[in-house]
Amino acid sequence: MTNASYQNQKVRKHYDVAFPIVNTVILILLMFVTLYPVINTVAYSFNDGTDALKAGIGLWPRVFSTKSYESILSDPAVYQAAWISASKTVIITVLNLFWTSMLAYTLTRKEYVLRKVITTMMVLTMYVNAGLIPNYLLISRTLHLRNTYWVYIIPTMFSCFNMVVLRTYIAGLPEALVESARIDGAGDIRIFWQIIFPLCKPVLATVALFVAVGSWNSWFDTHLYNASKTELHSLQYLLKMKLATTNQSANAANASVEALTSSAASKTTPVTIRCAITVVSTVPILVVYPFLQKYFVTGMVLGSVKG
Amino acid sequence: MTNYTQGTARYVSPKKKGFFQKLASQWQLALMSVPIFLYVLLFNYFPMWGWRNAFLDYSSKKLVARGITPYIGFDNFKWLFSRQDFLLSIRNTLAMSLINLVFGTVSAIVLAVLLNEVRQKMFKRTVQTITYLPHFLSMVIIVAMAQNIFASNGPVNDLLGLLGIQPVFWLGEGKHFWWLVGIINVWKEVGWGTIIYISAMTAIDPALYEAASIDGAGRFQKILHVTLPGIKSTFVILLIMNIGHLMEAGFEIQYLLGNGLTAEFSRTIDVFVLEYGTSQMDFGVATAAGIFKSVVAIILLLGANFISRRLGEDTLV
Repeated sequence: MTNASYQNQKVRKHYDVAFPIVNTVILILLMFVTLYPVINTVAYSFNDGTDALKAGIGLWPRVFSTKSYESILSDPAVYQAAWISASKTVIITVLNLFWTSMLAYTLTRKEYVLRKVITTMMVLTMYVNAGLIPNYLLISRTLHLRNTYWVYIIPTMFSCFNMVVLRTYIAGLPEALVESARIDGAGDIRIFWQIIFPLCKPVLATVALFVAVGSWNSWFDTHLYNASKTELHSLQYLLKMKLATTNQSANAANASVEALTSSAASKTTPVTIRCAITVVSTVPILVVYPFLQKYFVTGMVLGSVKG
Repeated sequence: MTNYTQGTARYVSPKKKGFFQKLASQWQLALMSVPIFLYVLLFNYFPMWGWRNAFLDYSSKKLVARGITPYIGFDNFKWLFSRQDFLLSIRNTLAMSLINLVFGTVSAIVLAVLLNEVRQKMFKRTVQTITYLPHFLSMVIIVAMAQNIFASNGPVNDLLGLLGIQPVFWLGEGKHFWWLVGIINVWKEVGWGTIIYISAMTAIDPALYEAASIDGAGRFQKILHVTLPGIKSTFVILLIMNIGHLMEAGFEIQYLLGNGLTAEFSRTIDVFVLEYGTSQMDFGVATAAGIFKSVVAIILLLGANFISRRLGEDTLV
C-alpha cells in the first residue's frame, strides 16, 4: 500500500467517524427549525395581548394569559365554524371511502367491459383540468350550489388520485379470493363488501387521512362560494379573515403600540386571537396524524410511483 | 367486405357474447362504477364546455347584465398578451415553480440521504414524524405563522441581527417574495418529499453496499455510487410529473401572503384568473388565461416525457 492511498484511507476513516455526529446535529437543527414556528405560535396564543404587540416572544409566553382562548371559546361563531368544519370533514371522508374503493374494485376486474374507457377518463382528469372559472360557473350557475352546505360535499366526494392508490392496492391482492367467492355464487357487490373492502383497511386509513386533512384545511371553497353566508363559514375561513384584519391593523398597531398599551381595555389583540385559533384548528390534526404514519407512507408510495 | 366478415364468423363461437350482453351480465360492476363515472364526466369534463367563454366578450357590464356576450374570436387572448400584469404573472408563476422544483427536489433528496444514514430507528422515526408535520397544516395556518416569523421585528430578523445583518422587510418588499415562498414551501414539504425517495432507497439491493465496502468505498462513495444511482428512476419520474405541473405555482400562498406592496412579484396566473374572474366578473379574459395555462402544461408534460423516452429513462405516459 502506497503512502498516499494509506493517507487517503485515514482521511476517509475520519469522515466516517465524523459523519454520524454531523448528520445527527443537522437533523436536530432541522427538527428545531420545523417546530420553532409552531411552538412560537402556541407561545403567542398564551401571551397577554398588549404585551405581544412588542414582539420578541420565542418559545415561551412572556406574560402568561389565557384571555385569547377565553375570548374565542366564548364566541358562538367559532363553535358554528368548528361544527361546519367537523361535519363536512366526516361526511366527505365517509363518502370518499365509499365511492373511491368501490370504483377501484371494479377497475381491477379484467373481464369488465367498461374498464378501459373508465380508467382512461379517470387518469386523464389528473392532468387535464377545465380550470377555475369553468368549474366556478358549473357549481354556481349550473348546479346552484352557492350559499349552500352542499358546495362543501358534492364537488369533493370523489378523488382520482385516491382511487389510483386503492386500485393499485386491490390489484395486489390474490386473485383467488375473488375466484373462490365467485364459485360459491357471490356477485361482485357482495365480493367487494364482504371480502375486498375489509382487506383494504390499511390503505383506507391513508385515504381517510388525506381526504380528512384536505377537507379540514380547505378555506377556498368558503371564500369562493359561501363568503356572504356567515353561518356556513368554516374554521379555516374564520382564520383567513383574521389574517386579513390583522394585516390591516398591523401597520396601525406598529405606529401606536404605546397608545394601544395604555388604553388596553381588553387583554387580547388580533395577533394573539389569530394564534389561538391557529392552535385550536391544528390540534385535531396533531392528534391524529402520528398514529397513521406507517399507513400513509405506504399509501403515498402506492399512489405516486405506480400511478 | 360482408363476405369476409361472414367468412370469419365461424371462428366466433356461438357462446361469445356481444358488448351489451357482456355488460348486462356484469350489471353489478356497472352499478358500482357508472354513477361515479357520470359524476366525473359532470365535474371534470362538462366544465370544458365553459372554455367557449374564452371567445366571448364579457367586458361590457351593461350587455352582460342583459345576457348578451358577443363572439369575439381570439380577442381575449390578444388582450391578455398586451397586458403587462398578465405577462408578469407568467414570469412569477414560472419563477416560483422553478424555485420550488429545484429547492424542493434537492432538499428532499439531501434529507432522504441523511435519514438513510441514520442507524438508530427511534431517532429516524422521530425526525420523520416531526418533518412530516408541516405538510398537514393548512396554508392559512402557515401564512399566519410566516407573518410572525418574518415580521420586521420577528425571529428571522433577530437572527440576522445577531449576525450583524440589517433587518429585512420580508413581507413588504416584492424582490423577496419568490424566495420567501421558496423557503416556506421547502419548510412545508421537505419531510413529505423524502417518503418516495426513502422507499426507493430501501429497494436497493444490500449486496451492492457490501460489494462497495469490499472495494474499499467509504460512506460518501457509497452514497455517490450506490444510493444516488438507486433513486435515479424515481427522480426522473417525479421530475416529469413536476415539469407537467410547472404552471401550477399554486395560488393559496401567493393570495394569502401577497399584498399591495408585493403584487408585482406575487401575482401568479391563478391569482390573475381569480381576480379577473371572480372579482371583476370578466369570465372571458379569466377563462382565456386558464386555457393558456392548461395548454402550456400539457405541452410541458408531453415534452418532458418525450425527452425522457429519448434518454432511455422511464416514462409516465
